[in-house]
Amino acid sequence: MMENHLFVAGHTACGGCGQAIAARLVVDTLGKNTIVCNATGCLEVFSTKCPQSSWRIPWIHSLFENAAAVASGVEAALKYLGKENINVCAFAGDGGTSDIGLQALSGMLERGHNVLFCCFDNEAYMNTGIQRSGLTPYEASTTTSPAGKIWRGNWRKKKPVVEICASHFIPYSASASVGFPQDLQRKVKKAASIRGPKYIQIHCPCPLGWGFDASLTLEIAKNAVFAGLYPLVEYEYGEVVKVFKIGNNKKPVDEYIKFQRRFRHLLKDEEALEELQKIADKNIEYYKLV
Amino acid sequence: MRKFLEGSHAVAEAVKLSRVGVISAYPITPQTHIVERLAEFVADGELNAQFINVESEHSAASVVLGAEATGVRAFTATSSQGLILMSEVLFNIAGLRLPLVLVCANRALSAPINIWNDHQDAIALRDSGWIQFYAENNQEVHDFIYQAYKLAENPEIMLPVMVNMDGYILTHGMEPVDIPSQEKIDEFLPPYTPPYKLDVENPLSMGLLGDPTVYLETRYAIQKTLEDVLKLIPQIGEDFESIFGRKGVALLEKYRIDGAEDVIVAMGSVCGTVKDFIDKKRKEGFPLGLLKIVTYRPFPKEEIFSFLKDKKNVFVLEKAISLGSDGPLYTEIKSLFKNSLPKICGFIAGLGGRDITFNTLEEMLAVGRKEMVSSYFLDVNHTLLRDKFFI
Repeated sequence: MMENHLFVAGHTACGGCGQAIAARLVVDTLGKNTIVCNATGCLEVFSTKCPQSSWRIPWIHSLFENAAAVASGVEAALKYLGKENINVCAFAGDGGTSDIGLQALSGMLERGHNVLFCCFDNEAYMNTGIQRSGLTPYEASTTTSPAGKIWRGNWRKKKPVVEICASHFIPYSASASVGFPQDLQRKVKKAASIRGPKYIQIHCPCPLGWGFDASLTLEIAKNAVFAGLYPLVEYEYGEVVKVFKIGNNKKPVDEYIKFQRRFRHLLKDEEALEELQKIADKNIEYYKLV
Repeated sequence: MRKFLEGSHAVAEAVKLSRVGVISAYPITPQTHIVERLAEFVADGELNAQFINVESEHSAASVVLGAEATGVRAFTATSSQGLILMSEVLFNIAGLRLPLVLVCANRALSAPINIWNDHQDAIALRDSGWIQFYAENNQEVHDFIYQAYKLAENPEIMLPVMVNMDGYILTHGMEPVDIPSQEKIDEFLPPYTPPYKLDVENPLSMGLLGDPTVYLETRYAIQKTLEDVLKLIPQIGEDFESIFGRKGVALLEKYRIDGAEDVIVAMGSVCGTVKDFIDKKRKEGFPLGLLKIVTYRPFPKEEIFSFLKDKKNVFVLEKAISLGSDGPLYTEIKSLFKNSLPKICGFIAGLGGRDITFNTLEEMLAVGRKEMVSSYFLDVNHTLLRDKFFI
């Protein structure tokens, strides 16, 4: 069955890597008529160790911060060649999207390139040793935001990149989760059907960086959504058009964090846990998730 | 057709005739008119190209990288701070073996901020794997564009070329430029046929992770290719001359070397001043000549050695300094000679747009004949240094 995939086995991702699952779902959904421009990061490193590659579609890696700009150039070249029916994607991790790649991403969106930018959000710089990024969640312990005697882990909330992209009034900006593959695939299909710049941010649990058993990737991804900490939303031209209702599946945040080493310090700290719950409650209220 | 053009427009005309498909640029300080004129061509339908206005020089270089990787001839222009901001991408483009052509309007680097000419920007990129030409006048820079694409896109080469022209002196200086017909350019520079590209019919991965078992070989391969470039440049120059009837690109240009005992070595537009100066000195009876470095990367070591080895005094005049060492060109020329002959002196001049005049060159000859200097700054205003008001 492996041969039918466009992102194939043999790569060196960790067991239970959420990003590897998400990348395969995205490219399999888009099909062969797709070109990927990949930022530096885990996905690039584990999938293309010379002379091997897991990609069965044309794929290029240039640098960390320029995936959106390289994709802009690929799209412009295809336009020049009259091949405008090809899907052009930029893939980046959360650091390559929300921090060092944000300028190039904003430029690509503003210029209106027909590019789908996928952010594989595993919530820290995992490739380089679990450093905090702009998409690291509140109170998560990383190697540069460690929980200590004074610090409670990361001191900032996640940067609202889905909203930042939506604020460019692009046709489509959405969040998705590897825990809900059908929802993710629907969003990718929808994005592919729209001309213009699209952004999808995919929550990808990382067993190594978050400190959980590799068998729990999908369950943890689901619980993030059910806890209200990773709302799955869709924006069209700056307006929310759809949210993934969690209804009766709603869970308290400790159900989400209890298997993760990065949040372990919160289980002994009621006040800190309450603050995290407040963020979840606010999401649930704001996006009307229940 | 002969036109009276500023250098920036001479570049734009050549880029148009090269049938470039994707152009991207960012108007960082300092800007040139190169891409503005190209934008006019596209706006008026005179050039069928995608023109991408980006949000930084880093993205400008990345856009043309993406276009070249997709198999389309692309172009960008920059200078000074813009080139340095691009530098990460420029190393990447060479490593990816993409045949981009970039024009650098050579200008000083900040601080202090200064928009005038010197070579510190491009020299800082000398180790990147890019081929570097330095033009003396607007005709040369125009002609170098076609030859740069021809060289870069040779399937045996596949390396990017930076065509350097002096900021202001050439970019804003008006000169008559002979512009070939589209027909003749098409004959000299056929459409680009990439040996590899991003293609859904034939998927391939570009820009892989090269671990210690392969990385070294990628650099060896570029080094070997650059050796081939040294052989190919004179051929391309001859091809150009046979079609267009004027001299094409070269490794070096020699001026009034008949019986020359002393030689000035220089690059770029200052060679015009130096030629006039040599004419004057010859009239006065001094056996002085010029060695103009046209191709700085790859560095034509053997050609420079065999020309200079019989000379008495060599004056290396350059608009760059490796701070804490000597002028980069001086260092490289000096390294060619194991023995003491000839006497080679290094001079730094013209930084940040300071005019290089006959007086400058007289000072150089006087110092160079008397002393042994390696990074002698010409035209230094010692009053400024004493007052230190600029620090």
